Amino acid sequence: MTVNSLHYHYDVPGDDFTRAGVASGAVKQILKQLGLNPETVRKMSIALYEAEINMVIHGGGGVIDIDIDDDKIVALVSDQGPGIEDLDLAMQEGWSTASEQERNLGFGAGMGLPNMKKYSDELEINSEVGVGTSVKITVNIEKSGEQRD
Amino acid sequence: MLIRDIMNVLDAELLTGEELLDVDVHTACGSDMMSDVLAYVKDQAVLVTGLLNQQAIRTAAMMDMVCVIFVRGKRPDQKIIECAKENGIAVMTTTHRMFTACGLLYKAGLNGGMKVK
Repeated sequence: MTVNSLHYHYDVPGDDFTRAGVASGAVKQILKQLGLNPETVRKMSIALYEAEINMVIHGGGGVIDIDIDDDKIVALVSDQGPGIEDLDLAMQEGWSTASEQERNLGFGAGMGLPNMKKYSDELEINSEVGVGTSVKITVNIEKSGEQRD
Repeated sequence: MLIRDIMNVLDAELLTGEELLDVDVHTACGSDMMSDVLAYVKDQAVLVTGLLNQQAIRTAAMMDMVCVIFVRGKRPDQKIIECAKENGIAVMTTTHRMFTACGLLYKAGLNGGMKVK
């Protein structure tokens, strides 16, 4: 299958918690319609959904840019929020700075960044306190019919 | 087990997803914490939860689940139901508590999937 190169952009508002995850849902539909391998779709959808939720809750919203080519899907999730003070600590399972509001949404168990890492093939996080955070999620496209050992 | 069987076992009320009643499901997950669902669920078709918001539905959709059961008599609002319709997910509510609902489904043959590694 040849996808060539596709680009999608989403503005994610930071003031409506109930809509957190809408962009990820839209991306999932696109990936499905492209006929990509279900496991590829699943990995990107979950990693992106976690990133979007975190961006809404901690970053005050932001933007999502998706690039799809023949070999991989790259999602860049960027906010201009408070930034992450200690990234190593934030990567630990169970560590969380979540508010009551995040917990009410069913998140805030300290699994966000670990989940993004778990489901992405490459995860790059750039964060500066007071400036913002960008998370780059790369998922390789497994060609259908190609079996993993 | 069919989704309609789940309804009977839990004495649950179906709120949307009439067309999914004959879908066959084998595994389920019970959690109020959506990050845990995202972390550990694989190939589970049913989510049993007490978390009453659209994120419960969106999380289920991300995991390709087909049925969300709200426990403790929790009743989703129209927005949650609309979200489920858009995502092709059946939604029901039961007055059983989480532990009892999961126990009844397990006893009736639903599996919990693999252990966490």
